[in-house]
Amino acid sequence: MNPQFNEIWVYLSASPLLGLTVTLLAYQAAFWLYRRSGMNPLANPVLIAVVILVLFLTLTATTYETYFAGAQFVHFLLGPATVALAVPLYQHLRRVRSMLWPVIAGLVAGSLTAALSAVAIAAVFGASEPVQRSLAPKSVTTPIAMGIAERIGGIPSLTAVLVIVTGILGAVGARHVFDAMKLRDPAIRGFAIGVASHGIGTARAFQVSEQAGAFAALAMGLNGALTALLLPLVMAWLH
Amino acid sequence: MLSALTQLLVFQLAGEVLARGLNLPVPGPVLGMLFLFVTLLLRGGPDESLQSTSSGLLQHLSLLFVPAGTGIMIHLHRVADEWLPLLVSLVVSTLATLVVTAGVMRLCQRRLPAGEEAS
Repeated sequence: MNPQFNEIWVYLSASPLLGLTVTLLAYQAAFWLYRRSGMNPLANPVLIAVVILVLFLTLTATTYETYFAGAQFVHFLLGPATVALAVPLYQHLRRVRSMLWPVIAGLVAGSLTAALSAVAIAAVFGASEPVQRSLAPKSVTTPIAMGIAERIGGIPSLTAVLVIVTGILGAVGARHVFDAMKLRDPAIRGFAIGVASHGIGTARAFQVSEQAGAFAALAMGLNGALTALLLPLVMAWLH
Repeated sequence: MLSALTQLLVFQLAGEVLARGLNLPVPGPVLGMLFLFVTLLLRGGPDESLQSTSSGLLQHLSLLFVPAGTGIMIHLHRVADEWLPLLVSLVVSTLATLVVTAGVMRLCQRRLPAGEEAS
C-alpha cells in the first residue's frame, strides 16, 4: 500500500466519519438492489446491508467497536423514530378504535407466543441458558429488546442480532403465511407483522400499504410495552 | 424539519426521564410515543413539519437497524456453536407468532357483529 494512502486510512479508520458513511453507502446499495428485485422480501435491505458491512469490516480488519463509534449516529435515531410512530397511529385512529378487541386479543396471544415458543424450542434443541434468555425478547424492537435482555440475564448485543434476524424472517415469511390463511385485511396483516417482527416488519408493511404500516407500528409499540412489562415476570416465574 | 426533530427528541427525553425516574420497565421512547400520541389527540393532529419529518424518518426505518445487525460480527462464534436451536427457534417462533396473532384477531373480529364500534 502506498504510504500516503496508509496514513489517510489510519486517520479515517479512527474517525466516526467512516463508520457512518459506510453504513449509509451499504444501505443505499442494498435498497437499490431491493428495488431492482421488485421489492422482493428476500432481498431485504437490512440483510444485504449487514452482509456488505460485515464483509467490508472483515476485509479491512476494522473492529465492530470502531465501526459503531460512527454508526451509533444512525442507531441513535431509533429513539426519535419510535416516538414518530405516534403520527401514523393517530392518522389511523378510527380504524384502530373499531378493532379494539381484536387488537387486544391478538396482541396478548401474539406477544406470549413470540416469547414462550422461542424459549421453549431453543430449550428443546439444547441452547445454552444465556442464549435462551437472549432469544426471549426477539420479536420486540431493538432498543426495547436490548433493555429486556439485560434485565432477564440475556446478552443484549446478541439479542440485537436475533431481533434483526426475526424481523427479516417475518418480513420474508408474512406474505406466504397470510396468503395460505386466505387473510386479506391489511389491518390484521399489518398488526400481525408488527407483533412478530417489530420495526423491520413495520418497514416492510409501510412499503405494501399505509394502513398495514400504521397497524404494524401500533403492534410494534404495544408489543414492546407489553413484553417489557410481562417478560421479566414470566422468566422469573419459569426459573 | 428542525422543529419537528426537536419535538420528537423532547418527547423521547420526557419518556426517558419518566421511565428512569419512576423505575418503569417500559423503555423511554415507547413512553415518548405515548406522550406524542396523547398530544396529537389534544391538538387534533400533527402540523405539516411533524407530518413530513416523521414520514421521512419512518420511510427509512430499516436503515436504523443496520448498525445493530452488523453486531452479528462479534457473535459469530456463539451463533456457529448453537446455530441449530437458534435457527429452529427463530423460524418456527416467528411463523407461529404471525399465525397466532392474525388467527386470534380474525376469530375475535368474526365474533363481533360487523359495524359494531368498540370504543
